[in-house]
Amino acid sequence: MGKECDDEVVILVPTGSLGAGAREEELEYGIAQGAQVIATDAGSTDSGAAYLALGISKNNRGAVKRDLTLMMKAASKAGIPIVVGTSGQAGGDLNLEWTRDIAVEVARELGIRPRIALLYSELSKETVKRKNAEGRIRPLAPMGPLDDATIDGCDHIVGAMGPEPFIAALEAGADIVLGGRTTDTAVICCYALMKGAPRGLSWHAGKIGECGGQSTIKTVDAAGLLLRIRRDSFEVEPLNQINTCTPESVSAHMLYENSDPFRLVEPGGVLDVTHARYEQVTPRTVRVMGSEWEEMPYTMKLEGAAAGQYQTLMLIGIQDPVVLNDLETFQTKMTKTLYDRVHSTIGEAAGNFHISLRLYGWNAVSGAQPKAGTPPPPEIGVLFVATADTQDMANQIAKACNPKFFHMYMPAHHEMPSYGFAFTPADIPRGPIYEFKLNHVVECDDPMELVRTVWVDLSLEEAA
Amino acid sequence: MMPTVQDVCRHVRSKNAGPFWVTFDLFFRNREDFHRYARHPALGPATFERLFGTDPALVKQFPVKNLNMVKISCVRPAPSGGREERDMHSGQMFVRLLGVELD
Repeated sequence: MGKECDDEVVILVPTGSLGAGAREEELEYGIAQGAQVIATDAGSTDSGAAYLALGISKNNRGAVKRDLTLMMKAASKAGIPIVVGTSGQAGGDLNLEWTRDIAVEVARELGIRPRIALLYSELSKETVKRKNAEGRIRPLAPMGPLDDATIDGCDHIVGAMGPEPFIAALEAGADIVLGGRTTDTAVICCYALMKGAPRGLSWHAGKIGECGGQSTIKTVDAAGLLLRIRRDSFEVEPLNQINTCTPESVSAHMLYENSDPFRLVEPGGVLDVTHARYEQVTPRTVRVMGSEWEEMPYTMKLEGAAAGQYQTLMLIGIQDPVVLNDLETFQTKMTKTLYDRVHSTIGEAAGNFHISLRLYGWNAVSGAQPKAGTPPPPEIGVLFVATADTQDMANQIAKACNPKFFHMYMPAHHEMPSYGFAFTPADIPRGPIYEFKLNHVVECDDPMELVRTVWVDLSLEEAA
Repeated sequence: MMPTVQDVCRHVRSKNAGPFWVTFDLFFRNREDFHRYARHPALGPATFERLFGTDPALVKQFPVKNLNMVKISCVRPAPSGGREERDMHSGQMFVRLLGVELD
């Protein structure tokens, strides 16, 4: 326990996201360097609302199990805890329990008996409505005030936890803490805050570490990062011994996925790096000083996801120069032809429907017309997206459009063209659209108010 | 010829900042270009409204001197994953900035 002093806290971040691919040799290196905790994030909102709305992971089970196995083996051997934030991609109760089951399975396979704390931060609609009625939920731009209908429309709602529930679980003896939705930063810095490390430095280190090795210069493919937090500074080092950190690679990470490069709002305060300084201390290591923490009333950010209308897809490929030489006309004419077709075949019953054509190879990503004079591409893929109130209606719209989508004439065509379908059947029911409905914060009486801790204590099994 | 964003920047990127915002990072070639262009009107709200259909009142600009870069954040025209989503992580949006002329 010689390293376990409050003068230095060493945090091992094995990967930017659980399941992305931790590395055994990096874990070994970090532990040899005196790591006191293994901390990783396991999700975010970046990949869309489907994972929260459905309670499913983005990663496959095998990938998460592989990373957890490496981490649990290393942590158990070294006698240090593991903390995981935003379990199962979205941090809802279902996402958390999916991760719990994997962790328990790994523990049994490894023959270890950790005390696992589960931190639930999914909120019932009743709780959110009550908080809203009390005037304790505030919108963040660009959203307006919250109403009950929006709350009722969500399939799942979570609040993003700060470090306090993790600290409480660690202090109660947890070997592994699996968190529901947690801010990326909080899970990385919770151990340092528990040990009394300076708050500005700890939170800043958390931000730098939240994507694992992303703040490093990757000469070789690698995953993780080591953070050493001291009284007056913290140091950042890649876990891979060939890769390096530079003041720029580290400071630039504060920019990543943040709308403000200087101030990051977190539960209970704001990290302010306006006066942070970065210096190279070894060829691979960067030291950071001057990060500040400004205390604020405690809030948790709310995320709510819901399924909406349904979509059906079709895909064709086109190499015909008659089309490629006048793609603007093709797109305009095809869109009108397909809308006309739905009106003439399905009519009013189609309801509130929408058709969008994405010309991949031309303008699908931007949706805007390329500059005049842009040379035609050698081929394009045209993705047809029908959106309607039910899956059946989206399918019917695609089927109604099929002959026109397949054969539409251009003015220069002398005989009926046939574009290249990729699949049979041609139409692909895609399921619902999933969207985030909340961008609000809830004020909390204390950091544990909206969090439930449940223990899975495998150490008790020994006695049984 | 008027210089464009890609002429005066060594790196330009875009990324989602939550489901409702997108953020652009423009790293200039050097300190001189940073001072000349970080606050250039052609990188102002009107350009972002024209290119991305965003609310100009909510375009935020943050010059970061020690990195010779400017961060510009704006509201996505629609939250991520909606009916007409074309770029879930907004990772391609920077391309439309590259040709913006800076006189």
